[in-house]
Amino acid sequence: MLTVVKQGWSTFKSIFTGMGITIRHFFGPSVTLQYPDEKMELPENSRAKLYVNIDDCIGCFLCARACPVNCIDIETAPATADVDLGKTSTGNPKRFWLTRFDIDMAKCMYCDLCVHPCPTNCIYMVPDYEYSEFDRSNLIYSFSNLVPEQVADVKEKAEAEAEEKKRQREEMQKAKAEAARKKKEMEAKKEEERSEKDGKEKGRAPSKPENDGGE
Amino acid sequence: MTTLLNIPLVIHLALPLTIILVYALVAIWGERKVAGFIQDRLGPMRVGGWHGWAQSIADLLKLIQKEDIIPANSSRFLFKFAPFMMFAASYAAFAVIPFSSGYIGSNINIGVFYLLAVTSVLTLSIIMAAWASNNKWSLLGGMRSAAQMVSYEIPTIATVLTVIVVSGSLNLMTVTEMQSGNDILGFLPNWFIFQNPFLIVAFVIFFISILAESHRVPFDLPESESELVAGYQTEYSGMRWAMFMLAEYADMLLLSLLGAVLFFGGWNSPFGDFMSGPLWGFFWFMLKGLLLVFVMMWIRWTLPRYRVDQLMHICWSILIPLSFINLILVALWELIF
Repeated sequence: MLTVVKQGWSTFKSIFTGMGITIRHFFGPSVTLQYPDEKMELPENSRAKLYVNIDDCIGCFLCARACPVNCIDIETAPATADVDLGKTSTGNPKRFWLTRFDIDMAKCMYCDLCVHPCPTNCIYMVPDYEYSEFDRSNLIYSFSNLVPEQVADVKEKAEAEAEEKKRQREEMQKAKAEAARKKKEMEAKKEEERSEKDGKEKGRAPSKPENDGGE
Repeated sequence: MTTLLNIPLVIHLALPLTIILVYALVAIWGERKVAGFIQDRLGPMRVGGWHGWAQSIADLLKLIQKEDIIPANSSRFLFKFAPFMMFAASYAAFAVIPFSSGYIGSNINIGVFYLLAVTSVLTLSIIMAAWASNNKWSLLGGMRSAAQMVSYEIPTIATVLTVIVVSGSLNLMTVTEMQSGNDILGFLPNWFIFQNPFLIVAFVIFFISILAESHRVPFDLPESESELVAGYQTEYSGMRWAMFMLAEYADMLLLSLLGAVLFFGGWNSPFGDFMSGPLWGFFWFMLKGLLLVFVMMWIRWTLPRYRVDQLMHICWSILIPLSFINLILVALWELIF
């Protein structure tokens, strides 16, 4: 009889303990975040989306090479002599037009490996995670700030300059070769004269190589 | 009887129905909010503006549009009929509930008896639904439900009998009127729960029994969703399923209101003559009923479910002997004092 009373007492005690806990939670604060209306502030270093500050990019390809999944696609054109692209905010001189800087966020695996090699800290992750799309191709983000006409123009100029430089180099090489040839001829002549002199002094011994070199 | 349309009868029919329907919408929303708050969530928040109050209305509209699926091998007539019979049973029982001093559906002298008799049809309709579904989960749920309801009707009736011993009347209006006034210790209302210490025990037994009778946790074995899918409701969809839901919530309210009448003075104001009258009576009555409903929800999110054998053990070897001993003690107390 006593055990029954004891058991009954402990049963009710545990029930009321449990109900006390639940009623405390009933009046306690809720942890729910009403997501589309209120959003959690993500930490500064959270990896959600890549961003490129194209004004600071020097076109060094280090990020593209670091990427394990090849999601960064860069194309550059060297700046021609008549334009000065200025310097980045870190003081590095910019020498290339960035005709293409595409990042395919569908491929990106958020490894952060592209961020650290960047010499000017212009590629980094931003805490923006709401960019789902219906079409996968919409996930390719273009960071180049050149319009297609500019790209064509810049490429043409760069090619023209490259052509020009090539031509100049070839001319220079030709001139060099010419000079070298002349010098050689001169030296050969001198040699001939000297050997002729020597031949007269020593007789017929060195006459054979002299004939070869002369022709 | 000159016209077919009897206006007072229509009002008598429509009033409890309106109360049940509005209550069901509020209670389903409220249950989800209570669940949310207890689990440190918010519950439905988006439909209708303030705290998602229109969520149940949206759910209802969705249920109306749903396809009414009837399994090929079911017993069609019984399958279709069961939900309506179940709701009819719990709705019919509201006839004898005195909603306020000015309104009772049917002021009959065998009120409580009628109520208990009519609600036992619920068991029948659950078995009907379970059997007609031709599904093992349904049948298992139906069998459990039948066993449970039949068993727990005994302690319910025994505790109701305890109150009847004190009141001497089966008419719920008379029972309520007997509890008017504030005489106990000079300020407590004359509710039965304060009149006799053994009636507190009776109320505890009564409350446990009505939890089991309305299939609430920790006695929700008939529709234990983690074991039996949804028990006897498994094969139902759309509005027929909604009828089951409605009947279940109506049953919850009915038994809570019965508890309020029997133990907490029905429509009597707790402040004596202050704030009393037919409309205030309705307010107090519903407040008491809804408080009990809230406690039911509160318990749902606190306690785990019992096993079948534990359920039967609690009923047959604890509640039934205790309620009969209590009945004798209450009768002795009434004889002596």
